[in-house]
Amino acid sequence: MTRYILKRILYMIVTLFVIATISFFLMKMLPGSPLNAENKLTEEQQEIVLEKYGLNDPIPVQYVNYIAGLVKGDMGISFQFDSTPVTKIILDRIGPSAQLGAQALVVGVILGVLLGLIAAIFHNGVLDFTSTIIAVLGTSIPSFVFAGLLQWVFAVNLEMFPVALWESGDLSYTVLPTIALMIFPMATCARFVRTEMLEVLGSDYITTARAKGIGQAGVVFKHGLRNALIPLVTVIGPLAVGLMTGSLVIEQIFAIPGIGEQFVKSITVNDYPTIMGTTLFFSVLFIAIILVIDLLYGVIDPRIRITGGEK
Amino acid sequence: MDKNNIPKELFKPIERKEDTSEKISRPSRSFGQDARRTLLKNIPAMLSLFVLLAIVVFSIIGPGMNEYGYDDQDLSRAKMPPRVPGLENISWLGFDGTLTEKIEGTDVEDATEKAIMRFGNKPDFTDIEVVEQGNGTKGSAEVKATFHAYDAKGMDDTYFWLGTDGLGRDQWTRIWRGTRISLIIGIVAALIDLIIGVTYGGISGYFGGRVDSFMQRIIEILVGIPNLVVIFLMLIVLDPGITSIILALTITGWTGMARIVRGEVMKLKNQEFVLAAQTLGTPNRKIIAGHLLPNMTGIIIINTMFTVPGAIFFEAFLSFIGLGILPPEASLGSLIDLGFDSLRIYPYLLLYPAILISIIMIAFNILGDGLRDAFDPKMHK
Repeated sequence: MTRYILKRILYMIVTLFVIATISFFLMKMLPGSPLNAENKLTEEQQEIVLEKYGLNDPIPVQYVNYIAGLVKGDMGISFQFDSTPVTKIILDRIGPSAQLGAQALVVGVILGVLLGLIAAIFHNGVLDFTSTIIAVLGTSIPSFVFAGLLQWVFAVNLEMFPVALWESGDLSYTVLPTIALMIFPMATCARFVRTEMLEVLGSDYITTARAKGIGQAGVVFKHGLRNALIPLVTVIGPLAVGLMTGSLVIEQIFAIPGIGEQFVKSITVNDYPTIMGTTLFFSVLFIAIILVIDLLYGVIDPRIRITGGEK
Repeated sequence: MDKNNIPKELFKPIERKEDTSEKISRPSRSFGQDARRTLLKNIPAMLSLFVLLAIVVFSIIGPGMNEYGYDDQDLSRAKMPPRVPGLENISWLGFDGTLTEKIEGTDVEDATEKAIMRFGNKPDFTDIEVVEQGNGTKGSAEVKATFHAYDAKGMDDTYFWLGTDGLGRDQWTRIWRGTRISLIIGIVAALIDLIIGVTYGGISGYFGGRVDSFMQRIIEILVGIPNLVVIFLMLIVLDPGITSIILALTITGWTGMARIVRGEVMKLKNQEFVLAAQTLGTPNRKIIAGHLLPNMTGIIIINTMFTVPGAIFFEAFLSFIGLGILPPEASLGSLIDLGFDSLRIYPYLLLYPAILISIIMIAFNILGDGLRDAFDPKMHK
């Protein structure tokens, strides 16, 4: 097990290194320099600035410095905001993104499990049909379309929630973006739990439990659901990753000062260090989540034998 | 009569009948026919297929159905609401060529004045309907203003079926042109994934051993890099456009197909028919293409069917955040992005592209589910 974890972490570091290297050289290939906007500088002054930020060094030296900086958590300096380190920009904006992501994941998964459970219990009934339709719509319709619909109905017409923006501590600002973000995880979980639950409810030990005279609630929750939920862990990883993709657009639509919104803004103004820094940050999160989920699965379900390190 | 002593003449040979227990009474159906039957009986899937075909047809003929080009800018006709001949008299459909907005004020007069100003100070063409009388405090009164945009501009004979955008471009033309681009991206990306994935997976799975493990290491590295990151990096470097988006989507997109095909090939390659082909001296290339691939058409079709909506979604997503299709070219994603800018007064700019992309995605997913039910052998009971 330890060997497996170490191996996975090693893989993770190699992947991140590859991503960092590729993004560094792409950045160097791109036209333009951070000085383009400041033509007023004399050549001497330009020289001083380039010297200060190490942009005069040969590219291999810059590369080594960049990677060395990354190891220390230094991702360079934003072009967009005067001499603000990218790390600081990301840290300043992590709060709203994390809150939104966590809310959407928790609410989405819980509602999705309930929906799937109801569908499985009332198999082939009206509730099953409704839940299936919700699941198909939720997995098909893009989150930014949902966001527009919610904004139009609940904020513009009914005026129940703020149209956009963010006040930290005021939950009403988070309601619409959270709903828009959670639709996809909810629908995916509902589909998954329904299939799993139907399979579990058809298995022999459920018949045994019923034969022993255990009531419907006991069978469904104690014997059925607990077993149906184990494979759900594998779905949650990709869902969490998908939430990050969703947050890019949702944060922009609702003008939430999170990492995604910053990222989209940086793209429009070609702030390459911030784009690269955020990309790297996303990569770390993506890969870490997948790793944690893989390990967690092994812990929850002892039948899964992790044999990776034993060759 | 003594039971143990039956006279010989009572024995007679039984009539020989043809053995019918092993006879197949109905014409046999091949796997393909069976799958087609299942699919044809699946009503939602067939409905989706028809909807998709209709959308494809409209994406081809739609932009040519009126005289406006997708890039004909004319600020004098900017932001005209939808108006359809015949449907213009049914007000609740929203095709009557009017704009409505609720406007608040301290009293009815104030609100009315604001409402008229809101639509370019043309009181003759602005109908006011009082919603709330108000008591003099700020925002207590509310009126509903209906603005007859076409009459106000003297364009009685003009019909923009789905209205015009902020630059006066016909939205109908742009929506179908955008659909065309979205569909092209989705289908081409899926086909490229299919070709690379099947070839790569087929070779990797068939030859096995060192070739396989080398090819699988490459896939593992590619899969380790989040696809969003790859797509972003590609699009920042490449010039925006259809080709760049397709390239960015397919550069790692084929790995999923390659893995599935590899798994299938490894399952099939030890079966007797492959051995027979090998014994007869069939070249490897022909075994993969002629004997192995036809046996996994189902799984390949299913996977491709789910790749298309995925690619369409990603294109819309990228155009939405400004990394995809750039103006003046239209795509469903960029139209939705523009729609958000004026959601409050001109909701139709967001509504129609949003509905269309939702229908496309839903139809592809239902059709994909139907194909899976039809082609996946595990589903046959």
